[in-house]
Amino acid sequence: MSARRPYMRPMNGWWRRDPFFVRYMVREATALVVALYAVVLLAGTLCLARGETSWNAWLALLRTPASILLHLLMLVAMIYHAYSWFEIMPKTLPVLFIGGRRVAGTTITRVGLIAAALATLVTLAVAWTLRP
Amino acid sequence: MKRSGQPVFWVLFGAGGMLAALFGPALVFITGIAVPLGVLLPQGFMNYSRMLSFAQHWAGKAFLLGAITLFIWHAAHRIFHSLHDLGIHTGVVARTLCYGGAGVVTLLAVWSLSAVGL
Repeated sequence: MSARRPYMRPMNGWWRRDPFFVRYMVREATALVVALYAVVLLAGTLCLARGETSWNAWLALLRTPASILLHLLMLVAMIYHAYSWFEIMPKTLPVLFIGGRRVAGTTITRVGLIAAALATLVTLAVAWTLRP
Repeated sequence: MKRSGQPVFWVLFGAGGMLAALFGPALVFITGIAVPLGVLLPQGFMNYSRMLSFAQHWAGKAFLLGAITLFIWHAAHRIFHSLHDLGIHTGVVARTLCYGGAGVVTLLAVWSLSAVGL
């Protein structure tokens, strides 16, 4: 039994063979950015709890060119996350019927993308009204 | 039959993914680009007293807690399942690292947001 070495098909780089798989892996990779942004926000709340000096240190860190560049890349990844999230929504959602007719996948994607655009505009508008 | 915990992780994944899809881009832009550079919003937008009262208000507290915890549970679930696609089959270890990490982030978020008071 211990001598048995079953054949394991190598799977290095399988996803690079097909653009469809590449898109899949890029979509999955956006999770790294979502996690990183959660940690950035957590660092903020931890600093906020420690007091004003810590909070200002966190703000100063956010103002460094490296942080700005990182956030620009994170913004691109976050936008791709939003796009791909609604792109695959027709497959992740149970089949929807409205008035006895099946809702088309393209409709689901379009409604999702419009909702994301509206949520973005509303968030920016709320921030604008709350500015000091 | 023992009930599976999978639906719970899946719901957290879905809720976090939806929240990130709707509000992620705007949040990253505001906290990481607009306010630090002072474009569109002034740098004082996130000064200590303003953010402290934001985090002390129940709605602000709920928003921050929801964003941090749902984002991290979404990411942990997705990363855990992607490891399999990369040929990493470390079942219990990978599961503990992914969900455990999300658990630690959750605890720290709860602690820091309760430490700022009401």
